[in-house]
Amino acid sequence: MKTIMIVIWSVLCCSGVAAAAGGGYSLNNANIDTTDAESLQRGAKIFADRCLSCHAATFMRYNRLADIGLSQGQIKQYFIADDSVKVGDTMKSAIDASTAKQMFGVTPPDLSVVSRSRGSDWLYTYFISFYKDEATTTGWNNRIFPNVAMPNVFSQEQGVLRAVYAKDDKSIVSLQRETEGTLTSRAFDDSMLDLTNFLVFMGEPAAEKRKQIGSLVIIFLIFFAFMAWAVKREFWKDVH
Amino acid sequence: MLTPVTTWIDERFPMSKMVREHLTEYYAPKNFNFWYFFGGLAIFVLGIQILSGIFLTMHYKPDADKAFASVEYIMRDVPLGWLIRYVHSTGASLFFVVIYLHMFRALLYGSYRKPRELLWIFGMVIYLCLMAEAFFGYLLPWGQMSYWGAQVIVNLFGAVPLIGPDLAVWIRGDYVVSDATLSRFFALHVIAVPIALLGLVVAHILSLHEVGSNNPDGIDIKKNKDPISGKPLDGIPFHPYYTVKDIFGLVIFMIIFAFIVFFAPEMGGYFLEHNNFIPADPLKTPDHIAPVWYFTPFYSILRAVPPMFGSQFPGVLAMGGAVVILFFLPWLDRSPVRSIRYKGPLFKISLTIFVASFLLLGYLGLKPTNIWGQLGGADVATVVAQLCTVLYFMFFISLPIVSILDRTKVEPDRVTS
Repeated sequence: MKTIMIVIWSVLCCSGVAAAAGGGYSLNNANIDTTDAESLQRGAKIFADRCLSCHAATFMRYNRLADIGLSQGQIKQYFIADDSVKVGDTMKSAIDASTAKQMFGVTPPDLSVVSRSRGSDWLYTYFISFYKDEATTTGWNNRIFPNVAMPNVFSQEQGVLRAVYAKDDKSIVSLQRETEGTLTSRAFDDSMLDLTNFLVFMGEPAAEKRKQIGSLVIIFLIFFAFMAWAVKREFWKDVH
Repeated sequence: MLTPVTTWIDERFPMSKMVREHLTEYYAPKNFNFWYFFGGLAIFVLGIQILSGIFLTMHYKPDADKAFASVEYIMRDVPLGWLIRYVHSTGASLFFVVIYLHMFRALLYGSYRKPRELLWIFGMVIYLCLMAEAFFGYLLPWGQMSYWGAQVIVNLFGAVPLIGPDLAVWIRGDYVVSDATLSRFFALHVIAVPIALLGLVVAHILSLHEVGSNNPDGIDIKKNKDPISGKPLDGIPFHPYYTVKDIFGLVIFMIIFAFIVFFAPEMGGYFLEHNNFIPADPLKTPDHIAPVWYFTPFYSILRAVPPMFGSQFPGVLAMGGAVVILFFLPWLDRSPVRSIRYKGPLFKISLTIFVASFLLLGYLGLKPTNIWGQLGGADVATVVAQLCTVLYFMFFISLPIVSILDRTKVEPDRVTS
């Protein structure tokens, strides 16, 4: 019996180590906090102003922004430009899908649950890894998403980066600043963290509520477990 | 406790009789240990899946254009919809955890041995139904992994000689996985398989109660009965003893269940795969298609067997054989004792190797075949999977010899604690 358990554990441990290894270019760690309402609100504003120009978030309703501390009035005032759009509506793209496809060659993906397929680290790294590349149709390229159809929409804020290539092969060593943007590097990175934070919130708006309810449920169950144990012990007193 | 109401019912329906036969006068061995929690837990998870499934069905739309959106609708707009969905997705994985541990218990204590062969076979059919149920259900969220996973599995049927291609079309209802496939998988997932499962669970329990429960010592408690009352000396009534004990085990299980549902519903991508949050796209094959973890040992076996005569069929056969061979376990084990406690070193080594290869196959099935690099032109992971596949089958093939040659210990007359 013990041998079996030891074997099971050693196999599990080995697989954990193997899983940790591998991967290519390492991602930047997006240290986000989905309870930080101010960061989420800043991220939401960037998302509504910039991302929704081409992308949609068809599962996300504007009034869900109430979950990050915005009132109905604020949502209408700051997030909805078009009067025909109601706060209960979902977030549509400013351009329609076919126009976007003509412009970029691909339909810009819906971003409602993008954080759940990509993960926060990938999104954050993606936002800060655009570089100037005249070889592509948009003039932009991305270090972790080579030949992506999307241009760097934040080049005003970020400034322009260029890739530095290794001498022996074509691999990118680093991205070097060519021109300054309207934001400092630190401020830009922070704004992209806010955006990432918002995308993570949007991927699962109920996540915070889930954790809150979860704590109560588990506290109740632990209490219940003690009661169940006491009942079992009492009943089993006469079994020898 | 004969109230007028129970008397009225008992004259018309054998209620008290059934309660006596299956609970208050069903004598179970008093020495059940940790491994004996999982049968009851499996019934609990089945109940959870049916209950949460009913509520999901109220909001889900089995339509290729609406399925993905309807799942997100459940996650966002249905009150506590996220909870129902996570309970169902977590329940699916934990169902397999519980069933695998339940089956491992049978291996440890020889619970499949005579007179419990039919009980084991009912259990195996339940396991097959459960795999079908999980497979059909996994298509329903209509994400990339749902779609391509189904595509890969249905294509396996296409590898069957002669009738293969027609068989695959017949299953899909189309030439590719499409709306027609989604609709029929939905019907099978919510009606056909659950009905079969419920019937089989009843048969499984009835045959258990007919022959009586095995125990960690693998000895028959009916051999030692109280001469006056006729009750087994080492047996205790299932109710209240095991009902109160199982409630405790259940609450511990619920704590684990709740922890996953509320704090790690994706379980790092193992219970809900990251790529399944991308809507199904028939024109875009994902780089790496991996089934959910509970199928990966068999998927590994499929990949490990190389194509022969230009056909994938040998791999498909090996994968099917890996499940089917379990049915024959009661007749392969010829040991004079049931429980591992009295079996000899040969069986213990054999079982350890079997479990290790099964787990390693499961791990490798999650990963691309190049994870461990190459050695002499072959993927190391594939070679390891091939070795594990051989070891997996060797456990069964060698069992008749192992169980006869093994130096077993003498079973005690009465159960030990």
